[in-house]
Amino acid sequence: MQEFLQLIVTGLVIGSVYALVAMGFALIYKSTSILNFAQGEFVLVGGYVCLWLYTDMGIPIVAAFFITMIIAVFMGVMLERLILRPMIGEPIISVIMVTIALAAVLKSVVTILWSTQIRVFSPPIFSQKALEFGVVRISEVYLWTVGFAFLFLAIFAAFFKFTRVGISMRAVANDQQVAQSMGISVKKVFAISWSIGAMVSAVGGTLVGNINGVNITLSDFGLKVFPAVILGGLESIGGAIIGGLTIGVLENIMGSYLDVYLGGGVKEIAPFIVLIVILMIKPYGLFGIKEIERV
Amino acid sequence: MPCGLFFSGYEKDDAIFKTVWLKVWMVLFVLFLLTYPLYAQAVSEAVGMNTLNLFNLIFIYIVGAHGLNLLTGFTGQISLGHGAFMGVGAYTAGILANLGVPFWAALPAAGLMTAAVGMIFGIPSLRLKGLYLAIATMAAQFILIYAMRNWEGLTGGSSGLIVEPASIFGISFDNDFNFYYLSLLFAAAATMYLKNITRTRTGRAFVAVRDRYLAAEVIGVNLFKYRILSFGISSFMVGMAGGLWAFYITIISDEHFTMWLSVQYLAMVIVGGLGHVLGSIFGVVFMVVLPEVLRIPTEALSGVFPDISSIFASLRELVFGLVVILFLIFEPDGMAARWHTIRAYWKLWPFSY
Repeated sequence: MQEFLQLIVTGLVIGSVYALVAMGFALIYKSTSILNFAQGEFVLVGGYVCLWLYTDMGIPIVAAFFITMIIAVFMGVMLERLILRPMIGEPIISVIMVTIALAAVLKSVVTILWSTQIRVFSPPIFSQKALEFGVVRISEVYLWTVGFAFLFLAIFAAFFKFTRVGISMRAVANDQQVAQSMGISVKKVFAISWSIGAMVSAVGGTLVGNINGVNITLSDFGLKVFPAVILGGLESIGGAIIGGLTIGVLENIMGSYLDVYLGGGVKEIAPFIVLIVILMIKPYGLFGIKEIERV
Repeated sequence: MPCGLFFSGYEKDDAIFKTVWLKVWMVLFVLFLLTYPLYAQAVSEAVGMNTLNLFNLIFIYIVGAHGLNLLTGFTGQISLGHGAFMGVGAYTAGILANLGVPFWAALPAAGLMTAAVGMIFGIPSLRLKGLYLAIATMAAQFILIYAMRNWEGLTGGSSGLIVEPASIFGISFDNDFNFYYLSLLFAAAATMYLKNITRTRTGRAFVAVRDRYLAAEVIGVNLFKYRILSFGISSFMVGMAGGLWAFYITIISDEHFTMWLSVQYLAMVIVGGLGHVLGSIFGVVFMVVLPEVLRIPTEALSGVFPDISSIFASLRELVFGLVVILFLIFEPDGMAARWHTIRAYWKLWPFSY
């Protein structure tokens, strides 16, 4: 029982980062209908840039973090303008392929600049000291991660709900033509969606980088996002958050209980097994729009 | 001399080789392919790379790329799992060959096994639109690779599976020269098959499903049947490619069949031209030759930047990504479309239409 609780808690920590990245992914999908296969590479770039600014350049962490955010926003806007806008109106397959190619480019640029071995934030920002809560032990850095992840989730949720830009983004997601005729610039909303998508991923990259260090496998976060958003429903931002948390917990539990039977590494594919199961029984997810054609 | 093609009958319009000159060029091209190994040695030395090996890889990938083109280009179903499907074919062929099954039986068995696996993962295509299908096949990719790595009793796990080279009637295909003719045969057969299936009832049904599936169903095309059939044929072809690959490389491990291979397959058919038989051929040639060509400036620069060889893999990935992005932005219909434009230009000269 104690082990089970422990697994749930650590799962929730990673799940909160999944939720953050998945929110960025769902946001981009919702407003631009582009399936972004480069989401994980945004995480990677964010993690590396922040680490580079902090560890190599010696910039204090708060400043480093804000510079990272600015770079992420800039990257999102540029990518939207240069690569994704020309793809409007192209078939789905081309749009998917362009984001895959983008992922390859970003990943290779990061490896060329910073090589592939694992690097850690030094001096460490959060302590690794374990704290005891009843039967569950959890290290301090995990608590910070969860705290920051939820803080950012709350900030963005409020942003969509209450600000003018957030409302215009929801309008575009709902109906582009109507939004446009009401005077909302769809182009601007697309650019904002991409920059927020890149920004939340960069936050995720920085948070995870503080736990385990930064290396090229950070981009795997982009793949784990798919089960999360499918579970939540592709169009639902709230669903993406719940999906992310659930997938984090599920992969932890399945990983540690099934490894014995299936040989190691179940954790890596557990989310994908869940994904296939969801697609078979409830393809539009928990909160998605039911527009599956039955033929 | 006429500018353009003017047919006076349906039969001529339907012909695969529409003009006499096309036939002449085709015969010359076939002769070139058949005699190439005789002077491959000289060419290889001149350009500084093993061209026979490149040709073999190209032929093997053509079989698989035709398969993916049938699925994605002609039926409009996206698959991000063809890399793993190729692996299923390779492992099936390898395991059967090690059990003593002869080559001529092991290869079709590999195709059939892969077709079965592909059809299972294709079932979601009935209910799901393109986006969801891409995600489902991506999940298939990861699950299959996991099975290959961890089912050690069957696949040898991460240490790999060693396969004896193929042999038919006492001829062993254990060198590039002999294997060239074997892989050429399969590549030619796959090309002819794809060209011909697009001219049949089945092929037209595929295209109808791609273009307007609701209309297709209204006129009596069974979507379920044709989507699954397309998945089956496509996986069969990529499984055959995997089998050939196993007999050519003779050591199989899961590292070759990662997501990256799936992405490369997709890039091949997209850069080449979706829905064009020529497209998959152009795409494969481009994607196989590109890294080899990149090697030349990399080696030349290694005197100036000694570290450049260590980042070669990333550099290759970078160029790959940029090429695909530029193609999609500036020539979304791929190289085959460009080829048709150029040909039309010559045909119609001096008029532009």
